[in-house]
Amino acid sequence: MAATATPALTLRQLRFSWPRQPAPCLDIAGFSVAAGERVFLHGPSGSGKSTLLALIGGVALPQQGSVEVLGQRLETLSARARDRLRADDIGFLFQQFNLLPWLSAIDNVLLPCTFSASRRQRASAAQPARAEAERLLTQLDLAPDSWHTRAGELSVGQQQRVAAARALIGGPALLIADEPTSALDAARQQIFVDLLLREAAAAGAALIFVSHDHRLARHFDRTVALADINRAASEVAA
Amino acid sequence: MRAIMRLAALSAWSRRSTLALMFASIALSSALLLAVERIRVDTRESFTQSVSGVDLVVGPRSSAVQLVLHAIFHAAGATHTMRWESFTEIAAHPATAWAVPLALGDSHHGFAVLGTSGDYFTHYRYSDRRALRFAEGRAFAGTFEAVLGHEVATRLGYRSGERITLAHGLGGDGALAQTHDDKPFTVVGILAATGTPLDRTVHVSLESITALHLDWAGGAPLPGFSIAPDQVGKFDLQPREISAVLVGLKQRTDVFRSQRFINEFRKEPLMAVLPGVALDELWQTLGVLERTLLAVAALVVLIGLAGLAATLLAGLGERRRELAILRALGAGPRDILLLLVSEGLLVTAGGALAGLALLTAIAGSAAPWLLDRFGIVLGAGLPSGDELALLAAIVATGVAASLLPGWRAWRMSLADGLTPKL
Ligand SMILES: Nc1ncnc2c1ncn2[C@@H]1O[C@H](COP(=O)(O)OP(=O)(O)O)[C@@H](O)[C@H]1O
Ligand SMILES: [Mg+2]
Repeated sequence: MAATATPALTLRQLRFSWPRQPAPCLDIAGFSVAAGERVFLHGPSGSGKSTLLALIGGVALPQQGSVEVLGQRLETLSARARDRLRADDIGFLFQQFNLLPWLSAIDNVLLPCTFSASRRQRASAAQPARAEAERLLTQLDLAPDSWHTRAGELSVGQQQRVAAARALIGGPALLIADEPTSALDAARQQIFVDLLLREAAAAGAALIFVSHDHRLARHFDRTVALADINRAASEVAA
Repeated sequence: MRAIMRLAALSAWSRRSTLALMFASIALSSALLLAVERIRVDTRESFTQSVSGVDLVVGPRSSAVQLVLHAIFHAAGATHTMRWESFTEIAAHPATAWAVPLALGDSHHGFAVLGTSGDYFTHYRYSDRRALRFAEGRAFAGTFEAVLGHEVATRLGYRSGERITLAHGLGGDGALAQTHDDKPFTVVGILAATGTPLDRTVHVSLESITALHLDWAGGAPLPGFSIAPDQVGKFDLQPREISAVLVGLKQRTDVFRSQRFINEFRKEPLMAVLPGVALDELWQTLGVLERTLLAVAALVVLIGLAGLAATLLAGLGERRRELAILRALGAGPRDILLLLVSEGLLVTAGGALAGLALLTAIAGSAAPWLLDRFGIVLGAGLPSGDELALLAAIVATGVAASLLPGWRAWRMSLADGLTPKL
């Protein structure tokens, strides 16, 4: 991949607070994730993990400092260009309610291709995008008989695997997972994490995996506690 | 853009049970608005074209509107009459192609009775110069024969051969009304529907009118004196007075010259009006009613669209996660706005088209019944340019109405980040 030399993520002197909240939520001097690196980031609920991911995705902007994703400094981009970067190069996974319940599993997987031409092209490079979506679903152990089921009717575990396939389609260089396992039972959590790690490695994508449960940290390239990099952490706790 | 429209369609479809109500209310209100517009235009047309091919309406001097109400709509209120000699003089004028005398004053179950000549049926034109047609029977030939307008026949259930009696005066069948029971008429013909006042008129010969009143004086029967119907032939039945005259000219260019000739008539004060001009003038006075109807219908549509905006707004709460997912996938706030507005557009455009289809179906199947039963003129056929413009206005307003929920969604998607706090 061309982006191999460029770090997936670099944060510098980042400061962020939500509107109408006096205390800063995040204050990070520096943090980076190498291309293809798989990082486990943990911290208690309300410590700002999801906020950090919103900043990395360019959905929110820091008041100070810079967020550099795949060599692009987000604060210098227009809102439209940030949306474009997110559509083209970042795959998102959430805790729950990842899918549009009224679309079929396979149509949910194909959604990023409707928002990003470059992901559509990459997904259909070797075979039609639909076949690529089916390949990913197969890799993630989702049986073909549920591919055309409306997403709202799938079990939580199935939904998370569909969401993973959607994050992976079109080979984004950066995967962001926000507690994707917390709705799964303990036995399935590790299986899902391992699947995700395997697929990220296969795609050569960097992975930032966020969880409040550090037992899942095994098998990652690196484990980081948000409190260790976030100087605003003590103020939140106070 | 296309992808967003597709998503909007699928999303709307997934909430079809909620949106179906809005869809139905928009369809019904659009159909109502279009129907009011169509009836308005058709009614105006049939009103202003109640008579065509008549160049001048002549009568005793009064107001143009009064003369037209009397001569064309056969409405009550004419107290003055004109002399028969004036009619023959106008008929003999070199510019006159034909002249048809009209005598009003009697009625049958509230329907006006018009005494006229047989020429009436050949010269009268309505709408786009359409001639009168007999649905059954023929024109009257002698005395005590009647030709019924379409509505008179259907309302009263009359067929040819029916014997009917007339009442004196236009007031209907009040207890005080004087009747002509002694001289019944035979129905010999029924006219096809025209959508004009003719449908509500009983036509008889002028001679019959004279014959009815042979034994009358001063608007009441002469006491102790009566003439049997089979005796009237012995009398001179040419009327001495009539109510109005319809005139056709040899050349339309003569119309103002003829009008001046009549307006300056020496032997009695007469007036001549151009029926089209007078009918237009009369319609103008009804314009307020017309605009009020249209405004009420437009208001109903607005209420429907406000309901749509409210439904979309109320649905936003439960869709915040959906919108956050779309944001994560790269949808910008503008896409979110577009999504909501597209949903509004789909529902309104669909509703408006369904409304048009509904109106077309009703107009196609129920138009004759509406005309028969209520005298409502509702034309079938393709929508007019004005109707299409109304449809476009409905859709544009629908889009404008969904800008509000769209804007709310846009604001929300900016404030929520990727993890809406619910
Ligand atoms: N959209 C938002 N608007 C305002 N405050 C928010 C929003 N999202 C999160 N916060 C606040 O930011 C802090 C960190 O929340 P979050 O990033 O969701 O933590 P975590 O993901 O670690 O549980 C919390 O105090 C939360 O109330
Ligand atoms: Mg969180």
